Amino acid sequence: MDYVVEMLNIRKEFPGIVANDNITLQLKKGEIHALLGENGAGKSTLMNVLFGLYQPEKGEIKVKGKTVKITSPNIANDLGIGMVHQHFMLVDTFTVTENIVLGLEPKKGLNIDMKKAEKDVQEISDRYGLKVDPKAKIADISVGMQQRVEILKTLYRGAEMLIFDEPTAVLTPQEIKELTQIFRTLIKEGKSIILITHKLKEIIEVCDRVTVIRKGVGIETLDVEGTTPTQLASLMVGREVLFKTDKKPAVPKDTVLEISKLNVKDSRGVDAVRNLDLTVRSGEIVGIAGVDGNGQSELIEAITGLKKIQSGSVKLNGKEISKYKTRKITEAGVGHIPQDRHKHGLVLDFPIGDNMVLQTYYSKPYSKYSVLNNKEINKQAKKLIQEFDVRTPSETTPARALSGGNQQKAIIGREVDRDPDLLIAAQPTRGLDVGAIEFIHKRLIEQRDNGKAVLLISFELEEILNVSDRIAVIYEGNIIAIVDPKETTEQELGLLMAGSKKKVGAE
Amino acid sequence: MFERFSRFQKILIPLISVVLGLIVGAIIMLVSGFNPIQGYAALLKGSLGESFYIGETIRQITPYIFAGLAVAFAFRTGLFNIGVEGQLLVGWVASVWVGLAFDLPKIIHLPMAILAGALAGALWAFIPGILKARLRVHEVIVTIMMNYIALHFCNYLIRFVISDEQNTTDRVPESASLKSPFFETLTEFSTMHYGIFLALAAVIIYYIILERTTTGFELRSVGFNQNASEYAGMNVNRNIVLSMLISGAFAGLGGAMEGLGTFGYGFIHGAFSGVGFDGIAVALLGGNVALGIVFAAALFGILKQGALIMPLESGVPTELVEIVIAIIIFFVASSYIIAYLLQRLKKGAK
Amino acid sequence: MKKRKFGMALSMFLAAGTVLAACGSDEAETGNEGGNGSGGEAETSEFSVAMVTDTGGVDDKSFNQSAWEGLQAFGADNGLEEGTGGYTYFQSNNDADYVTNMNTAVRNDFDLVFGVGFLLTEAIQQVAAQQTDTNFAIIDSVAEGDNVASITFKEHEGSFLVGVAAGLTTESNKIGFVGGVESDLINKFAAGFKAGVEAVNPDAEVTIEFAGDFNNASRGQQMAAAMYGSGVDVIYHAAGGTGNGVFTEAKNLKEQDPDRAVWVIGVDRDQYEEGQVGDNNVTLTSMVKRVDVAVQDVSKRAMDGDFPGGEIIEYGIQEEGIAIAESQDNLTQEILDTIADYQQQIVDGEIEVPSTLE
Repeated sequence: MDYVVEMLNIRKEFPGIVANDNITLQLKKGEIHALLGENGAGKSTLMNVLFGLYQPEKGEIKVKGKTVKITSPNIANDLGIGMVHQHFMLVDTFTVTENIVLGLEPKKGLNIDMKKAEKDVQEISDRYGLKVDPKAKIADISVGMQQRVEILKTLYRGAEMLIFDEPTAVLTPQEIKELTQIFRTLIKEGKSIILITHKLKEIIEVCDRVTVIRKGVGIETLDVEGTTPTQLASLMVGREVLFKTDKKPAVPKDTVLEISKLNVKDSRGVDAVRNLDLTVRSGEIVGIAGVDGNGQSELIEAITGLKKIQSGSVKLNGKEISKYKTRKITEAGVGHIPQDRHKHGLVLDFPIGDNMVLQTYYSKPYSKYSVLNNKEINKQAKKLIQEFDVRTPSETTPARALSGGNQQKAIIGREVDRDPDLLIAAQPTRGLDVGAIEFIHKRLIEQRDNGKAVLLISFELEEILNVSDRIAVIYEGNIIAIVDPKETTEQELGLLMAGSKKKVGAE
Repeated sequence: MFERFSRFQKILIPLISVVLGLIVGAIIMLVSGFNPIQGYAALLKGSLGESFYIGETIRQITPYIFAGLAVAFAFRTGLFNIGVEGQLLVGWVASVWVGLAFDLPKIIHLPMAILAGALAGALWAFIPGILKARLRVHEVIVTIMMNYIALHFCNYLIRFVISDEQNTTDRVPESASLKSPFFETLTEFSTMHYGIFLALAAVIIYYIILERTTTGFELRSVGFNQNASEYAGMNVNRNIVLSMLISGAFAGLGGAMEGLGTFGYGFIHGAFSGVGFDGIAVALLGGNVALGIVFAAALFGILKQGALIMPLESGVPTELVEIVIAIIIFFVASSYIIAYLLQRLKKGAK
Repeated sequence: MKKRKFGMALSMFLAAGTVLAACGSDEAETGNEGGNGSGGEAETSEFSVAMVTDTGGVDDKSFNQSAWEGLQAFGADNGLEEGTGGYTYFQSNNDADYVTNMNTAVRNDFDLVFGVGFLLTEAIQQVAAQQTDTNFAIIDSVAEGDNVASITFKEHEGSFLVGVAAGLTTESNKIGFVGGVESDLINKFAAGFKAGVEAVNPDAEVTIEFAGDFNNASRGQQMAAAMYGSGVDVIYHAAGGTGNGVFTEAKNLKEQDPDRAVWVIGVDRDQYEEGQVGDNNVTLTSMVKRVDVAVQDVSKRAMDGDFPGGEIIEYGIQEEGIAIAESQDNLTQEILDTIADYQQQIVDGEIEVPSTLE
């Protein structure tokens, strides 16, 4: 068999844990090979071993049949291995070309030959259908484009094998489609791809074979053809997973959140939310569908008091809250699972226990006369850790040490436990694996069934369709349609999200 | 790889840095033709060898504790208070001024003078704090400039307001003095004064505010992650100003210790006292935690005090101690190197 | 995270700075090598003497250094050894060190302890009151106490003489004075200087400015640049380390245009060397304050049992405590004669040089 890369029986230990144990991954020439596993299963470690960032304790790596020792990313590059990281490594103020040639600048005398560099970049871009403007500044181009610049970077360095780390996590549905197309072109041009993901649909759609790892151990490598998402999911999680979230029909009652004629500017002073109207009633989940950057963030920030509104009104249980500060809004009964859990949701250097009382530390019983009561804080933390299955060594472990899923569970526990009348969940399952997603969806529906109002913002159409009772489509800061998830399709939503107001039937 | 140091490492790194600093110091002594054992013996004698030296060392430690607390407090809230030096100077002058201006019973006068120092320091730190909170002006720049303003402003006050065009003010009266005849007799006329008790009290207050109160919870939270703090309903700007106020108050108290204790008067400073800048090193070495600062301040006090007698006793110039301190700070600052070495050592042992 | 990195960079920077700074001043220090704790048994004399520097340090090229030279000379003359029981210095790195060093000297049984510089006035008063068995002497200031001798200088007299030199040398009739920190002491320099200029050249205009700092060479350079730029051609500095900046600026100007007339008058020591730039020299002359003479004199009197405790001793031209520098290459014989003439008049009491401005 013609393998371009073989990782044989890799074992990698970190103090206290075995991150990879006896994992074998073989990449055929011209295939898209998925590496599937839950968060913390050891996917990234394995790929970092391949990319030369870590040295394995045991095992062998072969490139094109020859045993190699990869001790640094430079060696990996020389061997034709390129990696597209989840977090891009680009200099914002540089142009596309400057970023790509960084470190390998073509020289003309002492000067950088930018003309030649631009030409080269254009050439590669055309060949793989990347449609990148070599002269554009990174800061001016979309996230999807930036990702392509990362791809170009590896190709410019002569990569034969490309590793993609969760490439779709940051993309819109449209961009995902285009990325899939790029994958195909790459394969056609003779490249091989390893795709790190936990999104089963993607695997079924684009990959040829898949290697599943669970808790650091290689489980199985199998051909994608003939497998089903359910099968892959249970391999990954190690148990049966329910896909369609089970839920009773919604019984909406009183209006909890009522937004009318809301206008909000974004941080650059451009109108982001325009004359937006929206209501959420108790006992229902309203999903907001839309492409990133259509005012979702500003809408949430306006509701939660993080951003001043220009005009309009936001009412919670009939009371105007748009002039309130964040703390007062929180106290009035709004829970908020923020979009970026590292930036907004948690103080990563705080113990997880302190994070559990991030909004309530000043009230009884967590403090009295301004003196903290650590006993009560830890008691609360223990309770939530147990109730929400947060896997952590103890409540005094820093939040940073937890995996993404467990961090998210901690946030959800904190927000749900305050029993808010309105729960805002912004991309609550972003970057999480199926097990955690299932758990979180259940919790959201549970809130609904308890008579609370839930506002869900997500870029994942599947999630929106699955969980919501009503879907509001946001486009350029306005709700342009409200649809019933039972009577719509992904295609239809996709079109609406792209700004088409007319209801179009499926093609 | 070593994203976070374990608690053990947090203690080990400064300790190793100190040892390395002393070793490098010894090597430099050897190379320059001095006897390192004699040198360090002199250093120890000159800092802890006799009751007089112990008194002087404790006196030296006092302002270091305050300066270290001031720097560390701001740092824990994510702020860099480089202006401790200036805050200390204004605290010094303010306390002496109140000490001289009023004629009151000691029980009122002394606390009032000390408080004046704290207030002045807080006020001086308030300016960079409010500029940061309102206009996002970087506090490092403002605090550095405020140091110079403080230096010349204080000199002006001493020369033209508090004294009659003199280089020094009068001595503060007994009713506002921290001087301790008891300690002075006990330590054979050292300048040790009651300030050390205030310093230790300040350490406890530092710990309580930061670790045990809701205010401290907010300050630390803002220090780690402003976005999350804002999300959680905390007033980030208020906390920035508050942090600078408290930090400045610590610094001002340090100045009051010098003004009412060590010296008992104010004088024209030709240059910075350096205590405030050393406070940055103390805070760094002490890991910004209460107990760590006490130890770091003690180390600095011992080194600086012991250095004075080194030339006489062993011929080693006092500047050597500056080198040792610099090397210790260098190693602490580059703690990643030590953490890396530790890790290699562990692997090797396995 | 960003902040932490910045903090690290900053602390590294600080650490590096301290290392360099410490290294820099360390070199000049090795002159002290001979001293060691045990070899202090004085053979020829029971008398021992120490000095405590101010924060300038013993190698300040100014009065600390001068005082130390005086002590060394005294030691050599009387067969004393450096160290305990002979002669030594204590370096103060900080204002808070004065009292400590003073006390340490007493504890090491030195019979006479000098405090060098007015910054030590309070400290010497305090310690002298406690340690009544030891004699103290303060330089450049007046301190109270029966066991304290106050050594002052008639700087105005010497400043008058260099003022004469300046007044006769200037072509632009614009003369500058750069003082360290405005104080009674520095005002003495300014007053004498101004009087000297006026005595020989009433048309000349003397600009008096203060740096506010004795240790800020860059400030000194800026002030000098402004003065030279406005047409001043002679600057007298009484500003310690700040004055080094005046020399720097003058030398820069001289280097750019060797024909240009720029002069600096040095202070405290003969600063001829500081003015050397290629084949030219910008040091017109220097007002020399013989701290070493005073230190030797007082030490001698103390050793002979004639310690002037409680007295204020003024060293002027007559006492050889004040003089014009020995390097006289840049002064014409005519000017030198005029200076000698005025010098005689001062010694004879025919001229009373003012010691305060106005």
